[in-house]
Order: sequence, then C-alpha cells, then structure tokens
Amino acid sequence: MARITASVFTSHVPAIGAAMDLGKTQEDYWKPLFAGYDFSKQWMKDNKPDVVFLVYNDHATAFSLEMIPTFAIGTAAEFQPADEGWGPRPVPKVIGHPELASHIAQSVIQQDFDLTIVNKMDVDHGLTVPLSLMCGELDPKKDAWPCPVIPFAVNVVQYPVPSGQRCFALGQAIRKAVESFDEDLNVHIWGTGGMSHQLQGARAGLINREWDNNWLDLMINDPEACAKVPHIDYVREAGSEGIELVMWLIARGAMSDVNNGRVTGPLPKVRHRFYHVPASNTAVGHAILENA
Amino acid sequence: MALDKPYQDVPGTLIFDAEQSRKGYWLNQFCMSLMKAENRARFKADERAYLDEWAMTEEQKQAVLARDLNWCMRTGGNIYFLAKIGATDGKSFQQMAGSMTGMTEEEYRNMMVSGGRRIEGNRYLGEDGDAQAHRQPQGSAGKKESN
Repeated sequence: MARITASVFTSHVPAIGAAMDLGKTQEDYWKPLFAGYDFSKQWMKDNKPDVVFLVYNDHATAFSLEMIPTFAIGTAAEFQPADEGWGPRPVPKVIGHPELASHIAQSVIQQDFDLTIVNKMDVDHGLTVPLSLMCGELDPKKDAWPCPVIPFAVNVVQYPVPSGQRCFALGQAIRKAVESFDEDLNVHIWGTGGMSHQLQGARAGLINREWDNNWLDLMINDPEACAKVPHIDYVREAGSEGIELVMWLIARGAMSDVNNGRVTGPLPKVRHRFYHVPASNTAVGHAILENA
Repeated sequence: MALDKPYQDVPGTLIFDAEQSRKGYWLNQFCMSLMKAENRARFKADERAYLDEWAMTEEQKQAVLARDLNWCMRTGGNIYFLAKIGATDGKSFQQMAGSMTGMTEEEYRNMMVSGGRRIEGNRYLGEDGDAQAHRQPQGSAGKKESN
C-alpha cells in the first residue's frame, strides 16, 4: 500500500524563486536563507519520495474572482508554471499523479471533505518555490523534478478561509486515502506558506519572531492544541497573510501519531528546523518531520 | 443577524472577506486581465481608456490611476490581485507593500532587514504602535506627499 512517511514545511515567498532564477543565492542578503536549506536538499536526495502531495495556495493566478474553491486537488497529468505577471519561472513543468490524485479525491470526499477536482491549472510560486528550495536549481527543459507532485490548493486569499481545525482533520482524511491506495508508494506531504507576514496597509512588514517560533513548537509537539488556534490569532499576531500557516496543519494532521483527532502515537522525528528573517516581506520557517 | 468579523479591530489591516470581494469584483478582475502581455501593453498605452472597458466605479478607477494601493483596497481590491498592477509597472512585492506605509523603498527595506515591523502596539486599535492611524504616514515618502 501507499504510505506517508514524512512531512515538509516551508514558506513559499516569491522573491526566493526570483533570487534562484536570477542567480542571487550567494549574495549577502540571500546567503543565510539558502544555507538553511542545504540539509534539506541532501535529505531530499537521500529520501527521495515516489510522490509529493503539495499543499499550497494559489495567489490570484489559476483562480480569479470568477471562482475560488476552498480545497482543490489537481488530478491532471501535468501542470505548467504560471505567468504571474513577471513571466513564468524558468523551472521544469510539474508532472502529476492522476491515479493517486483521483483516488485521494474519491476517498476524501467520501470522508465528508468537499474537494474541487481540477484537471487544468497552472501552478504559481506557492507550489514551485518549495520545490526549488528542496530540489535546487533545475533547467526547465533538460531537467525534471525528482518525482510526480499532486498540487492541493487551499483558499487563504478570500476570507473566511478554512480553520486550523478543519485543515488538521483534512490531513487525517488524506492519510487514510493514501493508505487505501494499493500501489506501494512512498509519499511525502508538504505544507507551505507563512510564516508571519503582512503585505498590506499601514501594518505591512509585520514580523513576529516569538509567535512564529512558539507556533512552530506547538505545531510539532502538540498539533491538537495548534489546530485550535483561531483565525484571529494568526491575523493579529502573524499578519493578514500569516493565515497561510493553517495549511501546515494539513500536512501535520497526516502524520502517523495523529488518530481520530488525537495524538496517540509517538511524535514524529524532527530532522531539520530553520527560521530566518527576512525574505522580502516575510519570516521564513522550515521543518522536516519523519514518522517515528 | 450580524456576521462574526473579529478582525475589524486590527490596526492598519483590511481583511479581504466575502463582502470586500463582492465590492471589488470588477477591480480585481481588471487586475487579473493584466496577466496577459497584450493587455498590459494596451493598459500602458492608455490607462484611462483601458479602465473604461471595465464595470468599475469611478473611485476604483481613480485609485488605480493614482497607484494608491490602500485606496484600491478600501474599494474592494485584494493585494494578490493588485500585485498585477505592480508587475505591470515593474514593481516587486516589497516595493508594493512598502508603498502602503508611507515609507520610501529604502526605509521599508531597512525595516525588514532589521527584523521587520514590531508587533508591540500593533495588535489592537487604540494602542501606540507605528501602524496605528494617528502615526501615519510613517516615512519620509508619505510626509513629502502631505506637504
């Protein structure tokens, strides 16, 4: 059967992608940030998954105000990097896993999560920046991402967005769905976005280092409590765009210590943890957890 | 019955909820159109004429022409959509976010490099942090404009 063995958490700041695409990673401003991912790139090589289930949000790219699904799963065979207004990122196209994705859609909807099934969708920096951080620079034509990726888009742009509790429960449903897939596949689930940042208004540029690190402790060690953090705490403490962090709870909820909403098994092993301020407007957080 | 909107007492922050989204529908859809190169070119050639093709309010059009992102947001704009205007102008996300504070690009960048805006005094309306209404504009860019 297929199994989720690890989760990866990372911010997905667009400027990080631009720094990689423009060869700026060794500049003083960027060097400490990329150094925080050296371990991760090696880990990715040593623990290559068969499929990555990548939770991210679309930033007014694939979804305009014509329609914004709360939870959307990409079931296509491939996904093109989007032109977000600056031209598409020069990265390989994303190869999907239509069989596993449609299996997960079927199972998760039967577990009462109303997913939108998407067969045509360009993917923006929310998805490609985490891949670049974990896999390094790749040639858009000659290279490929190391494995198929299932894009899973969550609405965190138009309020109300799903609660942490809902995301945490969804992660558990996704794990059940993966484990009912017959093929022997090693699946990683990634939660992306955050950490503290605000891109708007007189409070733009807000960073809350202490809150971010406490939240990260809680997410890793007491996810039940973390899932109960209400929206308003994210907005007030981590900025209007800090709300993206609810997506990390989908990946955390899919780890094997969580059963029926409770932590009943041994906590996952923390293989790596990193925090850095700033990347453009944002505090960057990153962690790698492996099932115990 | 009133809806639950607990985020209205956060200073310097406008949450893009279903109500704002409805208000800003055409403004944001205009922004989406700028993801196509030919539309960017047409907009730049005659901004007013291009805006007039959209069912936006006059105020929304004025806010776009003025490149006043705070004003755009009050009329229903969302920052991820408004970012397409910035991209058309060749601006980075940092330049756009900074423009909403009254700081110059350099002042805003320096604030970020020194660890970002502090949370103290900026959690609730009525405190004394730098994002509070009585402390605007924050930087020399805004002060120049208001002189």
